[in-house]
Amino acid sequence: MTEFMRYISGYLTSDKTPGGAGNMFWACVYILLVFAGVSVGVICMNWLERKILAHMQVRLGPMRVGPHGLLQPFADALKLLLKEDIIPAEADLVIFWSAPFIVDLAAFTVFVVVPFGPTHAITDMNIGILFMLGVSSLSVLGIVMAGWASNSHYPLIGALRSSAQMVSYEVAMGLSVVSAILMTSMNDTGTGTLSMIGIVQQQLIQKEWFIFKFFPLGLIAFFIFAVAMVAETNRAPFDLAEAESELTAGFHTEYSGFRWSLFFLAEYGAMMAVSSIAVTLWLGGWLRPFPNLLAGTTWDQIFSYFPGVAFLLLGAICFYNVARMPKHPYFRIQTIGLAVFGVVLALVGLVLFIPAVSVRIQDIFWFSAKVAAFMYLYIWYRGTFPRYRFDQLMRMGWKVLLPLGLGVLILTAGVGLLQIRS
Amino acid sequence: MTDPRSLSPPSLETHVAVRDDTFLDTNELVINMGPQHPATHGVLRVILTELNRIASHQLWLGTHALDIGAITPLFYTFRDREEILKIYEKYCGARLTTHAFRIGGLQYETYNGFEKEVKNFLNFFRPKIGEYEELLTTNRIWLERTRNVGKISGEDCIALGVTGPVLRASGVKWDIRKAQPYANYKNFDFEIPTGQNGDTYDRYLVRMEEMRQSVRIIEQAVDAIPEGPIMAKVPKVMKPAVGEVYHSIEAPKGELGYFIVSDGSTQPYRVRVRPPSFVNLQALDLMCRGQLVADVIAVIGTLDIVLGEVDR
Repeated sequence: MTEFMRYISGYLTSDKTPGGAGNMFWACVYILLVFAGVSVGVICMNWLERKILAHMQVRLGPMRVGPHGLLQPFADALKLLLKEDIIPAEADLVIFWSAPFIVDLAAFTVFVVVPFGPTHAITDMNIGILFMLGVSSLSVLGIVMAGWASNSHYPLIGALRSSAQMVSYEVAMGLSVVSAILMTSMNDTGTGTLSMIGIVQQQLIQKEWFIFKFFPLGLIAFFIFAVAMVAETNRAPFDLAEAESELTAGFHTEYSGFRWSLFFLAEYGAMMAVSSIAVTLWLGGWLRPFPNLLAGTTWDQIFSYFPGVAFLLLGAICFYNVARMPKHPYFRIQTIGLAVFGVVLALVGLVLFIPAVSVRIQDIFWFSAKVAAFMYLYIWYRGTFPRYRFDQLMRMGWKVLLPLGLGVLILTAGVGLLQIRS
Repeated sequence: MTDPRSLSPPSLETHVAVRDDTFLDTNELVINMGPQHPATHGVLRVILTELNRIASHQLWLGTHALDIGAITPLFYTFRDREEILKIYEKYCGARLTTHAFRIGGLQYETYNGFEKEVKNFLNFFRPKIGEYEELLTTNRIWLERTRNVGKISGEDCIALGVTGPVLRASGVKWDIRKAQPYANYKNFDFEIPTGQNGDTYDRYLVRMEEMRQSVRIIEQAVDAIPEGPIMAKVPKVMKPAVGEVYHSIEAPKGELGYFIVSDGSTQPYRVRVRPPSFVNLQALDLMCRGQLVADVIAVIGTLDIVLGEVDR
């Protein structure tokens, strides 16, 4: 028993990821934490997307379940769990049953290598980015299986569309990723890295986020990735797979209840996964803004207040809305609920001011904040853009992004070579 | 006299006002009520029908954009359409099945503050058209989805009997408000927007411009509402002369005509409605040739049909 305790506490002094240190116990803990974190993220996204989209569209969004609809995601989850589970009579049972799990598996396995901080990752593979791209493209398999097993027209067309789309955009995505990886080799030794943690550390060493590297090459590569990642996750304006005016709901038309919610979970999980790739590759991962320009302990101190301030601000917004709540007794429970929520947020914010906590949580905070910015972009796209037609989508992928990606890759390689030589 | 509403095709939209309008116009021609119309009636009719045109185009824009995948314009247009419906509700009590036109004039006096509310609406609405356009007009995806989609030439439009914005977007400058002015339209200054290419994008632009022109017409009309009665003296029983008559107006979707045959009795011998949606839908086949399936959605949206009017 003491040996086990020593095994557990042994990791605490390590400066590696649990996977890297070979500590199974902490790896399992991290897996659970990441899984829970991503699930909570999906729940938050559910509420945020409906709320933000609603406000963009001069609506209120969910307002009834809990204060400002805060409990709506839970109500929805409960509804989906309790719904009748319908499997079409003509469906291929085994494939129909396993398809959502494959999609979910692909979406969540990606997070194994996502670096939330220098040590806050489940493991740090030396082929991290390859693993990420490889696993995330597995979800095509699940989608094709879902479309095929449903044995119905719309799911089949939707599955074909989305698989064709995902495969084509992966090419452009891969090219832009390669140009980012080339940038990692711009150091003294001239060796690049595929490790996710290594990529971020290179951005720290080179004192530049890769989005600004070789301006404007990094920016173009990032742009290609940013477009491709929206297409990759089948979101507006590339949501042809589920274009409701053409295909009802695409590949998950025949799915209902819990199985459908698994697809939902996978969609948002995949969105977060590709956003974290983008953040890691171009936006400096867990690094706080201006790590070099505003270096020094004073700035470190100032930036360490950010997480706490952010949560305090959220709490303050809650209290502002508590004050705006109608005074009618009907709203009493909602008002109290919102106040409690605000208190919880404010307390979290206060806890984050404790130096021991803020040092450990900072990386995770900055990483999540950057991912959250991407998630907001997703919602913004959805509120703004009409939908591409399928041929236009393919043209965009193969005739615009692919040549652009190739050009950026060649130029990056050329510029990098010149700089290393000189 | 048969209740005109029982004759008009089932309607899903706010076009009953316009429909009543035509039917009564036709009746008035048969029994020659025309000269006795009070002047107020003509101007109010213009205001009400032009408001209706804006409401119809708003509904079209929202649903058309929704079909192409842009969800936000729908909410914008419905927010602004609500203001028109409020005016209607106050004026005649109905939001959807509005009807105020009667043989010989209008049924209702305008309520207190009608002019002010219409003016408020115009001031509120004028910048909103720009807001709709901001989301779509220069949007790359919108351009790609609508340009060169569902093209139709002016000749084809005329051959198929297509009217309304679809015809005008193909370059034919035909608007019954100008060509055969009814009500008080000849007293107002407005333009007829036309397109050149006859594609979905041109039809979009034409309808957007029509909304602006409607605003312009209402602006002039609100200032020109004459004092006086709204209803002429109408006999209880009307016996029109034997004969037949066709009269049409420019409804938001196209030409809406009523053909009435009178045998001299109190009831028409035959009434035939020429609806714009039904006729315009004929062009679907031609417009979809050589296009992709996803374009059919855009084309149906751009034709601006109401299926309740088609299915009869």
